[in-house]
Amino acid sequence: MSTEEQIRDVLAQHASLAVDATTVSAHDNLYSLGMTSHASVRVMLALEDAFDVEIPDSYLRKETFESVASIGELLRAICPVAS
Amino acid sequence: MTQTLDGAAVPAVDWPADPVEAARRIGAEVAAPTAASVDAESRFPQETVDAMGAAGLLQLLVPPESGGPGGDLRQAMRAVAEIGRHDASAGMILAMHLIQVACLVRHGTSPALRELTAAVGSRPLLLASATTEAGVGGDVRTSMCAVETEGGRFRLSKKAMVISYGEYAHGVLATARRDPDADASDQVFVACLPPGLRLEPIGDWDVLGFRGTRSLGFQLDAEGPADLVFPDPYAVISSHTMLPTAHLLWSSLWSAMAGAAVDRAAAFTRAGARSNPAAAASSTRLAHLVIRQQRLDALVRDAATQYAAVSDDVQATSSVGFTLAMNSLKVAASNEVAEIVTDALRICGMAGYREGGPYSMGRLLRDAQGAALMVSNERILRNNAELLLVHKGLS
Repeated sequence: MSTEEQIRDVLAQHASLAVDATTVSAHDNLYSLGMTSHASVRVMLALEDAFDVEIPDSYLRKETFESVASIGELLRAICPVAS
Repeated sequence: MTQTLDGAAVPAVDWPADPVEAARRIGAEVAAPTAASVDAESRFPQETVDAMGAAGLLQLLVPPESGGPGGDLRQAMRAVAEIGRHDASAGMILAMHLIQVACLVRHGTSPALRELTAAVGSRPLLLASATTEAGVGGDVRTSMCAVETEGGRFRLSKKAMVISYGEYAHGVLATARRDPDADASDQVFVACLPPGLRLEPIGDWDVLGFRGTRSLGFQLDAEGPADLVFPDPYAVISSHTMLPTAHLLWSSLWSAMAGAAVDRAAAFTRAGARSNPAAAASSTRLAHLVIRQQRLDALVRDAATQYAAVSDDVQATSSVGFTLAMNSLKVAASNEVAEIVTDALRICGMAGYREGGPYSMGRLLRDAQGAALMVSNERILRNNAELLLVHKGLS
């Protein structure tokens, strides 16, 4: 699975989106699609588990998790194997 | 609505040289002598709100370019404390109004909202807020009602569980879903103003404390120009401005209420020392209590410093670490005020238990209980517990 597919998989399971996570475009705002701050914490935990990383505090802000693309940037920054 | 936004009924204002000094004077001369009847009759503290309006305190946070005196949040915190130490309801009303003004000043960037900011800067208007809603279980970050926009106008119908001093406000800032198709958490903030605002009270306000805030439920129906909807999403307004401002102003009020209780316990102890100096000096209860009060003051001041350092940084204020800190402030300060007032009552004994008299602790004790309930501490702690699953550094 590619990084983006893994991200979408995590979102499908944890983001409680109003739409199918596989159809969301890379820059769609996930908060506008129904991801609550509670759900975003579950997404963070699931990303840490899926990619075996710890997300540093400096990335723990709303913008980091607002789209598939921004989560991809986060993972490329902190996870050497993400592509 | 007792007055309308056209301002016909409201007088112009002279800025006080020192708003905190003005608040101190109004606290002592107006809030103190009326606080007992405000509480007993569960009535709006009209005299104190009028005096705060005449002294420019309602405009305190409006910048000079919008006609206000350009006071900062720390001045606002001290003004709220000066009023609140005498009448917690009036202090809470000033706090809640200033929270709305802070949101308006920073996020009200559309023409209609700029006009509202200028109106608030030019005369003493009182803004209320409608963030709670029947059916969402107290979660202010979700809405059921939705803004409907058509032809440059918005319409909103909301069953608000609570609009503090709604009967007396000149305008209400309300949360709602962005549009009828939006998700419950996709919220906007909208200024609801006369003549397009109707408020029908639901129920009554006969409660344990903060009785002067008149926090009834209301059926709110509003319409107006579509640019009364704030351009920023409510999520941004909340994390950047409303949540830190609210927790800081409330905590400042609670700290002042605790200070009022400690003052009474200290006066009682001094009075006792006149007849029995040895016994008064050997009791360390007051000394212990003063430590707690000092700690509470320090907590509030430190949080104000923390916010001042990042208040212009939208990203920093949306960080998990900052949210945790502001939530912790609210929980700690609200728990602490109830405990400090209770301990002060123990020191005063029957003189504190008695209604009326210089050491009476009844009203403070009842008001202090409200602090932990308004935005429930349990809910905030559950949020923090969740955030701590991802946040690493606690220093």
